[in-house]
Amino acid sequence: MASFIQLLVSGLATGAIYALIAVGFTLLWQTSQTINFAQGEFVMLPAFFVLAAMNVGAPFWLATLIGIALSIVILGVLFKIIIVDPMLKYGVLPLVISTIALSLFLKESAKDFYSSQAQPFPALVPPTDIHFFDAVVSTQSLLVLAIAIITVIALNLLLNKTRVGRQMQATAQNPALARILGVPVQRMVFYTFLLNAVLVAIASILVSPIYLAKFTNGETLGIAAFIAAIIGGFNQVRGAILGGVILGVLDNLSAAYISSQYRGAFPLIILIAVILFRPQGLLGRIEERTV
Amino acid sequence: MTRAGVIAVVICAVAAIVAPFFLKPFGIFLISTWVVLTIAAIGLNLTLGYAGQISLAQGAFVGIGAYTVALLTPLGVPFFVAFLAAGLLCFAIGWVLGYPALRVQHHYLAFVTLAFTTLVFLVLRNEEWLTNGIYGITGTARPALFGWKTGGARDFYFLCLGMLALLSFATWWMLRSPWGRAFIALRENPIRALSLGLDTRRYTLMAFAIGSSLGGLSGALYAPLVQFIEPNSFALGLSLNLLLMVIVGGSGYFFGPFVGALVAVLLPEWLRVTHGYYLIVYATAIMIMMPFCPSGLLGLAERAGRALAGSRALKKTSMHTEGAGP
Repeated sequence: MASFIQLLVSGLATGAIYALIAVGFTLLWQTSQTINFAQGEFVMLPAFFVLAAMNVGAPFWLATLIGIALSIVILGVLFKIIIVDPMLKYGVLPLVISTIALSLFLKESAKDFYSSQAQPFPALVPPTDIHFFDAVVSTQSLLVLAIAIITVIALNLLLNKTRVGRQMQATAQNPALARILGVPVQRMVFYTFLLNAVLVAIASILVSPIYLAKFTNGETLGIAAFIAAIIGGFNQVRGAILGGVILGVLDNLSAAYISSQYRGAFPLIILIAVILFRPQGLLGRIEERTV
Repeated sequence: MTRAGVIAVVICAVAAIVAPFFLKPFGIFLISTWVVLTIAAIGLNLTLGYAGQISLAQGAFVGIGAYTVALLTPLGVPFFVAFLAAGLLCFAIGWVLGYPALRVQHHYLAFVTLAFTTLVFLVLRNEEWLTNGIYGITGTARPALFGWKTGGARDFYFLCLGMLALLSFATWWMLRSPWGRAFIALRENPIRALSLGLDTRRYTLMAFAIGSSLGGLSGALYAPLVQFIEPNSFALGLSLNLLLMVIVGGSGYFFGPFVGALVAVLLPEWLRVTHGYYLIVYATAIMIMMPFCPSGLLGLAERAGRALAGSRALKKTSMHTEGAGP
């Protein structure tokens, strides 16, 4: 039981990180039909921005802010303008190819211009363990969970309670109608790219103390984000959150209780099962086929 | 095909036949790799270029084909039987995999195949009793055909080239048949194809399954070519690479995979001067190419050809009008 609680908490922490990545992924898909195959690399990169800022002498808190700012500029603004905008007119598939090339580019750049070795990344809190009934839970897991929950709540407030957020939702649900109703659709699409950049930067800062900053981190994180988005429902922010949490918990529990060798396989099997039996995802609406 | 096209193909075919007589062993290895990868890319081109579906599993099918041959031939199964078995197995797996994915939304095949590639990698790595895990399998024998032993690099290259010729002819013939025309109809206008009574889902699935079996056949040649296979060679990287090959060459063009595979094989050698930065250069080039010419190098060539023909026609008409003047 004790180990179950431990696994559950660390699973929830991992799941919360997956959820952040999956939410950004879903937002981009909803507003601009961008399937970002570089999403995993987007999470890998901000950690290197932070490390680079610390290398030139910035304290950790400042480096974190610099990392988030750089991520907004590079993974938000530049990504939108340089990669996405010129490709939108060709439809979904060519843009997918561009983001695949981008993921290769980012991965190789991190390897060649920073390091091919895994880099230690400062933890947000000193790693101590909290005893809690019989279970031992690390403060780090709890903090990750707390920050992720705060981020998700803030995101929900932004999307549901503010004018901009509602306009973004309108854009996601029906861009043509939103435009008629006077929503500046292009600007809203642009905002979702910025939002995605912030989410991946937060995820990066949360995940890197656990996994270390390594150029290959994006591969597993990217696949986790796709799977979380599909499990929860490709067209739902709530779905992506649910999918991420399910995935994280399941990943940890199955590795401990079933097979650690096939740890990576369980999410994939669930993915295939969801696509077979509930293709719209657990919380998703059925989408009309768009051609 | 235009006359210029036929001439170009004949010249390339002759070049492919005489090339190994002028190359060192490493050069022969490179062009053999090109031939083998081209077969896999032709398969992916059916899925991507004709049926308009992104598959990220072609590398996994190459792996399944390679392991099929590497595991069957030591048991005494003749190479060509194992070769056909690899193709059939991949066809069957492709069918089973594509069936659920194509039942739903159009971009789901990309995710299902992505998951499949990772699953295949895990099985190849973990099931050591069968695949020898990360230590891989060495020394897959090269076959003999009617007493012609293909153990030498050049002989094996000709075997691969023969297979490529056979398979690309079969693909060409299939695309010319009413059946293949349905594939093209899928690409050009899926809704219209559907309204004309084509079972688009069935044809898309067929294109994917046939494409997958070509991946398996390519793997069946890959194992005896490199003589050492291990799970990492067939991880997601290979699938992405094959996808980029089809795109760079020109998806939906019959000869696109040939060009794309050539670029993917030769470019790393030519870009040796950039040291480790080859992949950065390659990725940048693709990102630059996509917005200007999403139809790849052959699309670019076609456009250039048309522009040339256009300016020539323009000149002709202007001369004509001059001639018609007073």
